[in-house]
Amino acid sequence: MSEPIALLTIFVLSVFVGFEVISKVSAVLHTPLMSGANAIHGIVLIGAVIVTGHAEAPTVTVLGLIAVLLATINLVGGFAVTERMLEMFRPRQPRPVSADQQRGTAA
Amino acid sequence: MTPTWAQVVDLAVAVAFILTLKGLSSPRTARTGVRIGSIGALVAVIAVFFATRELNHLPWIIAVIVVGSVIGIVAARRVAMTAMPQLVALFNGVGGGAAAIVAAVEFHVATEKDVLFLTATAFTAAIGSISLTGSVVTFLKLQELMTGRPVVLPGGRFLTIAIALLTLGFAVTVIATGSLPALIGLLIASLILGVLFVLPVGGADVPIVISLLNAFTGLAVAAGGLVLSNTLLLVAGTLVGASGTLLTRMMAQAMGRPLTSTLFGAFTARAAAAGGGGAENRPVRSGTPDDIAIMLGYASKVIIVPGYGLAVAQAQQALREVADLLTARGVSVSYAIHPVAGRMPGHMNVLLAEADVPYDMLAESEVINPEFAATDVALVVGANDVVNPAARTDPTSPIYGMPIVDADRAAQVVFIKRSMRPGFAGVENELLFDPRTTLLFGDAKDALTKVAARLKAS
Repeated sequence: MSEPIALLTIFVLSVFVGFEVISKVSAVLHTPLMSGANAIHGIVLIGAVIVTGHAEAPTVTVLGLIAVLLATINLVGGFAVTERMLEMFRPRQPRPVSADQQRGTAA
Repeated sequence: MTPTWAQVVDLAVAVAFILTLKGLSSPRTARTGVRIGSIGALVAVIAVFFATRELNHLPWIIAVIVVGSVIGIVAARRVAMTAMPQLVALFNGVGGGAAAIVAAVEFHVATEKDVLFLTATAFTAAIGSISLTGSVVTFLKLQELMTGRPVVLPGGRFLTIAIALLTLGFAVTVIATGSLPALIGLLIASLILGVLFVLPVGGADVPIVISLLNAFTGLAVAAGGLVLSNTLLLVAGTLVGASGTLLTRMMAQAMGRPLTSTLFGAFTARAAAAGGGGAENRPVRSGTPDDIAIMLGYASKVIIVPGYGLAVAQAQQALREVADLLTARGVSVSYAIHPVAGRMPGHMNVLLAEADVPYDMLAESEVINPEFAATDVALVVGANDVVNPAARTDPTSPIYGMPIVDADRAAQVVFIKRSMRPGFAGVENELLFDPRTTLLFGDAKDALTKVAARLKAS
């Protein structure tokens, strides 16, 4: 298989997987799901690392580093915020008042 | 090229991402899914340092990754639950920006440029840029740094079409000639197009647009994978692009919005439809906290309809106190949760969970709607569009067809509202003028605290 065809194959199959994998999801999970998907595309960080690592001219390097910064924020922040949203799905037990709630009541 | 072991790692990470999306489809597996995904991402990032030969600027890259991680984690931990949707929008935007930069840089340094490479580059640059500026505008709208109502520039429709054609023209030039100035033109035109695309979107459609831009960034990253011949970027980006598109459609359905009107709003933008906030001078009935406390205290069944105003006022705790007091008096209390109460599907559940409202008191609007006919008081706190009967009765209303909470079928309706201003969708609500409706103006937290005090006293 030539490389373009191989890439096209991967693309088409991924489209179907992407559709199938979330075909049944309750509305309650729409926001976390979107946030999780948002984190996943932060993997563009890998591309940013590769182009920056191969950069020579200073302007290109700086641009590359900006891309690294933005992609890292997307990837790390995306997973962190999704994790936080999902705290509500922890099995409900009497739990101590978190710092977060104290802030909430004080505000 | 990439060593075989690294390709195997990429495959494993791709599977991890599929499991993440799969896990996020069910409350039981969601947390595990996200863990798997974040570990996968970590492994992929570590692997790229070992798999790529001759990486320059290594200390710089690592330093910037550390800085970015700190920014991301601090932002994610510090943000108020109410502001979560716009933070996701912002994360999405910077991801799109990163993809556009990656494509532009690779375009500048690459020596061999075939048609596939050039097409993918143009696509990544354009979609990534649209996603960046579009997301920034959604952030400004949700953060209320600019109006949430549709913004229609004079001649905006023609401007948008012109810029869209210009973007297309630059893209074709990039593909045909591979010229750098054309790529720069493409980037600038796409950045402007992103702004024009989101400006005319009305408040209620903003969450759908965030989801759509999320899918866009996914596709940009996928095309970035083609630019760099990187399979992981291709798979991960495509997964997000596909699932994001489907999710956008599901959200649009949950809100009863035709997707096309959201998508092409920029091209068909008209001045806001009639009834959109003209100065209404019709009489409304307003009550004091005392009146409301009596109505609630002597009811036998109360359904609370919480909305975004509740969250903005940080009134979840105060609301819970009122609910607790009512329950203690023997009043049956439950919460009707509209699928998009708050700013996004599921947002209200997160906000109420934060205030420790018992999960079994929350009911989706579809489930609880039949109960309104037997309800004495529907207490609407900081919600408006989701209880607007026009969605059921008025085919000319912009929100016609949206599933709503049937608060208007209760014997009496109490609104706690800051003002008579229309809701996020910018549509007037007839229910406010209904003779069975009593309004309590004021900040939700303040108003509920007063009601609670009267309930305790009586």
